[in-house]
Amino acid sequence: MSTETEPATVAAEEVTPHREPVLRTVVRNPTVVTFAVLVVIILGFTVAEPSLFFQGDNFLQIAQNVAILTVVSVGTTFVIITAGVDLSIPAGIVLGEVFSVKALAMVGGLDADADATNAGYILAALAGGVLAGLVIGGINGLVVAYLRVPPLLATLGTLGAGLGMALVLQKGVNTATYALDPVGHGHLVPGVPNLIWIGLIAVVAGFVLLHMAVFGRHTYAIGSNPESARRAGINVERHLLKVYLIGGLTSGIAGFLSVSYFSTTSIGGHSTDNLQAITAVALGGTSLFGGIGSIIGTLIGVWIPAILNNGLVITGVQPYWQQVAVGFVLIAAVWFDQLRRRSRDRF
Amino acid sequence: MTTVDGNGAATVPVLSAHRVVKTFGQVRALRGASFEAYPGEVTALVGDNGAGKSTLIKILAGALPPDEGEVRVDGELVRFANPHDAKDRGIETVYQDLALAPDLDAPANVFLGREIRRFRYLHNHAEMRRRTAAAFRELGVGLVQDMRAPVAAFSGGQKQSVAIARAAMWASKVIIMDEPTAALGVIQTEKVLDLIKRVRDRGIAVVFISHNLPEVLQVADRIEVLRLGSRVARFRRGESDVDRLIAAISGAYTNEEEVTAA
Ligand SMILES: Nc1ncnc2c1ncn2[C@@H]1O[C@H](COP(=O)(O)OP(=O)(O)O)[C@@H](O)[C@H]1O
Ligand SMILES: [Mg+2]
Repeated sequence: MSTETEPATVAAEEVTPHREPVLRTVVRNPTVVTFAVLVVIILGFTVAEPSLFFQGDNFLQIAQNVAILTVVSVGTTFVIITAGVDLSIPAGIVLGEVFSVKALAMVGGLDADADATNAGYILAALAGGVLAGLVIGGINGLVVAYLRVPPLLATLGTLGAGLGMALVLQKGVNTATYALDPVGHGHLVPGVPNLIWIGLIAVVAGFVLLHMAVFGRHTYAIGSNPESARRAGINVERHLLKVYLIGGLTSGIAGFLSVSYFSTTSIGGHSTDNLQAITAVALGGTSLFGGIGSIIGTLIGVWIPAILNNGLVITGVQPYWQQVAVGFVLIAAVWFDQLRRRSRDRF
Repeated sequence: MTTVDGNGAATVPVLSAHRVVKTFGQVRALRGASFEAYPGEVTALVGDNGAGKSTLIKILAGALPPDEGEVRVDGELVRFANPHDAKDRGIETVYQDLALAPDLDAPANVFLGREIRRFRYLHNHAEMRRRTAAAFRELGVGLVQDMRAPVAAFSGGQKQSVAIARAAMWASKVIIMDEPTAALGVIQTEKVLDLIKRVRDRGIAVVFISHNLPEVLQVADRIEVLRLGSRVARFRRGESDVDRLIAAISGAYTNEEEVTAA
C-alpha cells in the first residue's frame, strides 16, 4: 500500500548518528581488533622463528590442541551473550568423561583395543557424554531461569556438585580406554586429525544457530533486554533453559572428546577449563554484560592463548609468560568492550 | 452491539472499557471506569497522577485482567489473558520504557518475536530490513539509513520513533501509548506527534496518555478525563481548552451524567 506521503515534510532530520569513517567503524568492531591482535602475534613469532613456527604442521598441531576448548567455547558464547556465565564447565567435561566410559562399559567396549573398536562403542560413549552434558546443563538452566539464582552462583554450585558426583561414580579412580582412539587420534582425511573436523563442525553449527537462526536472534535479545524479549512474546525462561542446555551439551561432548584424546578419564583435571573458555569468549569480543558477541570472535579468542603458548615454547621463552600475557590481554579486551558501550549508548 | 456516541451518530468503538474495576490490595485504582476509542481518531487519556490511567491502559492492552467490568473490541466482549491476546486482535502497546533491545538494530527490534523466517529455523534479516525501511519511510520516520546501527546508538526521540513505528507496523486496529513524549525535547516531541497523526490517518485508533495539555489539545480528536478511577469528562476536538481540562482533572468540572460513586 504505497501512499503518497510527502517525505519532504519530515526530512527535518534531527541528530542522526553521523556516518563514521571506515577506519573507526572497523576499530569499533571487537572481532576485527582481536583478529588484528592474533595476526600481530603470528607475525611476531614468524619473524622470530619462521622455520619452526610458520609451518602447516605446527598450525595443524595447534588446531588439534584447541579443538576441545573450541567446542566448549562455542557453547559458552551462547551463555555469555544472555549475560550469563557457566562455571560448571569442568564438571560437565568430567561427568561427560565418566558417562562416556560408563556407557562404554555397558556395551562391553571399555577394553576394546584401538583397532578392535567399532562405531557402536563410539556412539554409545558419545551418547553418555551428551547425556551428562544435558543433565548438568538442564540443572543449570532450571536453576538460573526458573529459580532465578544468579548464574555465577548457580553454576558454581553445579561445578562442585558435578565434580563430586564424578568422584563418587568413579570411586576416585580414573578409567582408561582405547576404544575411542579413532575419534581422538584418527584421520578420516589423511593429514588432518579428526578432532579438527569436530571443532570445525562445532564452529559452523554455532555460527548458524547464533547468527542465522531465530534462536540466536532471541539469545541476543534476552541478553540485551530480557523485558523487551518477554514483551515480544519470547518465552525467556524456556529460551534460557535451552541456552544452558547448549552450554552443558558442549561440555559433555568435550568430555567425550577428552577421553578419546587422552585415552582416560581425568576426574581431577580440567579445573581451569571454565576460565579458559570464558577468557576465549571475552577475548573474542563477546560482552560479559550480554547482548553482543560472535562465534568467529570466540574462535579467534581460543587461538590467541594457544598461539602465544606455542610461539613462546618454540622461541625458547618460558611458556608461563603466556598466562601473564593472556591475563593482560583479557583485561584490555573487557576494558575495550566497556569503552565501546559507553561511547555508543545514548540516552 | 452498537453504542451511540455523544453526537448521536451510531459508531462502534474499536476498543472500549465499560465500568471497569481494578483493586490492588487496599488501593482502588479503577472504580467503574469507562473508555472508548474510535478508528481513525486520536484519543487522549488525561488525569492526575494516580488517577488510574496506566492501570486502565494495561487492562485494555491485556497486561492486567479487570476485577469487574467489560472490555470490548469492535463491540465484541473479550477477555485478554495476556498482551498476546490483545496483539492477536490488532492492539499494540508502546509502554513508557519502550521495551527495545538496545544491542539489536531497528529491523531486529521491529520483528522481534515475529521474525520472517526461511527454512523454518533461520531468520531472513534482509527481508526484515527491507520491510522495516519501507514502513519507516511510509510513516515518515527517518532512520532508514541507520538500519544496521544498534538502537542503543539512537537518541531518545529516535528510539521512541522505532518503538512507535514497530507498534504501527503490527497494529491493525489500535495503538496504545503511555506517555510517549514524557522524556522528549521539543523537536523530538513534535516528530512523535507527527507520527501519531500519520498513524491515525491510516485508520488506526491511537490512544495516548500525556500530561502535556497543550500537546493533548493539539493532537487529540477526543479527550477523556480520568479522576480517582472513573471517567469524569469527555471532549471532542474544539470543545475544550487548558482551563477546562484542568478543571476536569481536578474535579471542578464534569460532563459525565453517571460518575460512579466511590
Ligand atoms: N501493581 C500495583 N500494585 C499496587 N498498586 C498499584 C499498582 N499499579 C497501580 N497501583 C495504584 O493504583 C493507582 C493508579 O495508578 P496508575 O494507574 O499508575 O495511575 P496513573 O497512571 O494515572 O498515574 C495508584 O494509586 C497506584 O499507586
Ligand atoms: Mg502512569
